[in-house]
Amino acid sequence: MSKFSLFLLLFTLSSGAVLYAQEDDLLALLGEEEETIEYANASFKTNRVINLHSLESTSAGVLDIKISHRFGTLNRGAYELFGLDNASIRIGGDYGITDQLTVGLGRSSYQKTFDGFVKYKFLRQSKGKKVMPVTAAILATTAIQSMKWQNPDRENYFSSRMYYTFQLILGRKFSENFSLQVSPTVVHRNLVKTAAEAHDVYAIAAAGRIKLTKRVALNAEYTYVLPDQLLPGFRNALSVGFDIETGGHVFQLHFTNSTSMIEPGLVTQTVETWGNGGIHFGFNVSRVFTVVRPKIQ
Amino acid sequence: MKKITIAVACLLMAGTALQAQKYFTRDGNVAFFSSTPIENIEAHNSKATSVLDTESGRMEFAILIKAFQFEKALMQEHFNENYMESSTYPKATFKGAVKDWSKVNLSKEGEYPVIVAGDMTIHGVTQTVEAPGVITVKGDAIYAASEFPIAVADYDIEIPAVVRDNIAKEVKVTVAIDYQPLSR
Repeated sequence: MSKFSLFLLLFTLSSGAVLYAQEDDLLALLGEEEETIEYANASFKTNRVINLHSLESTSAGVLDIKISHRFGTLNRGAYELFGLDNASIRIGGDYGITDQLTVGLGRSSYQKTFDGFVKYKFLRQSKGKKVMPVTAAILATTAIQSMKWQNPDRENYFSSRMYYTFQLILGRKFSENFSLQVSPTVVHRNLVKTAAEAHDVYAIAAAGRIKLTKRVALNAEYTYVLPDQLLPGFRNALSVGFDIETGGHVFQLHFTNSTSMIEPGLVTQTVETWGNGGIHFGFNVSRVFTVVRPKIQ
Repeated sequence: MKKITIAVACLLMAGTALQAQKYFTRDGNVAFFSSTPIENIEAHNSKATSVLDTESGRMEFAILIKAFQFEKALMQEHFNENYMESSTYPKATFKGAVKDWSKVNLSKEGEYPVIVAGDMTIHGVTQTVEAPGVITVKGDAIYAASEFPIAVADYDIEIPAVVRDNIAKEVKVTVAIDYQPLSR
């Protein structure tokens, strides 16, 4: 037998052996899987942290009905059952037009305010085939305060009731349990009480979430208003609370020094402080309804 | 002599090629159904990967948990976040074999009822399972279908008290695979 034949024979035998060894893992025969884009989801349990918008949007075709309460402040004492005798309410609904585009409407009892918003998520945190470190969304809101004019005799303009907010929400889900976001914000007020107050109020808000269990998360948010824009006596809003999730509901229970639940009030009308017990206990209840069912392949 | 050696080598090669006859899919359908008096839940996955070794009857599956699609977005989120923990356990797998593979004659068209047995891993927990299935041979194609129940508790998937009446303790799983020959 020539050397060549021997080599050929050995080669064939060994290649057979190699093949046999590989067969232990059948799926490995398919080779590397094609990498997919994996988007981060559930950075926050719902599209609000407490008062602030979170980086989450409402899913396409889903209606999220929100009923929110803020009781009076704890420092009102036992006579008013630590604020529970008073309540301020907002009823609203958010709808997901696409997975990235959410619109919403609401009505707050505080200053009888109607509000509407459009929120567009233009970057989604992802890993895998496409790596994007952050999620980013832009939020635009309009609020219309509908209280009776304080001075009906003077010429009043409807535009004086309007407030606008623009906010950029930048955030990241750092781990399964920890998410953080920062929101540069500007609130425009068409009418202010005195010339010393700014029409455009700039603020930076930050919010975070720590997931304690699969269904309970601890949230906190703080809004820092840049100095010399508001009169003395106005404060930064700090809120701390829990998200409790049960199937289609998310219950958010929290403490906050902001009476208003929407951006113009949160940024420019917070007067209570944590220091003297000016803290409202409150809750948001969110219930989702799937209005348009997505087609499943 | 040399010719004989080459002939033997060729034969061996042919033998290996035959032995290595594998079928596969990357877009197999796997679905599950949970039905309770309160609510029916179903989810579909059309990205299941599977390889079938037609020599031995061995088969393997890998299913990406995040690829299950639900009608309700929040359900899909909860499925991944709370129940399957798909970031920690991204895949469900099955490694096993058609027990009575000898019954299946690939050169003859027809439906062959079989029993598949092996190790199923879901949510990081491995269980030995056995399920009935049907292998259909039609022309060059091989179809495989199966339907079997999975007890959620067997895989350490916790269902909290609030939704205990909404989620079935046993979910029905259906598998439908259209195998293609694996060419190498």
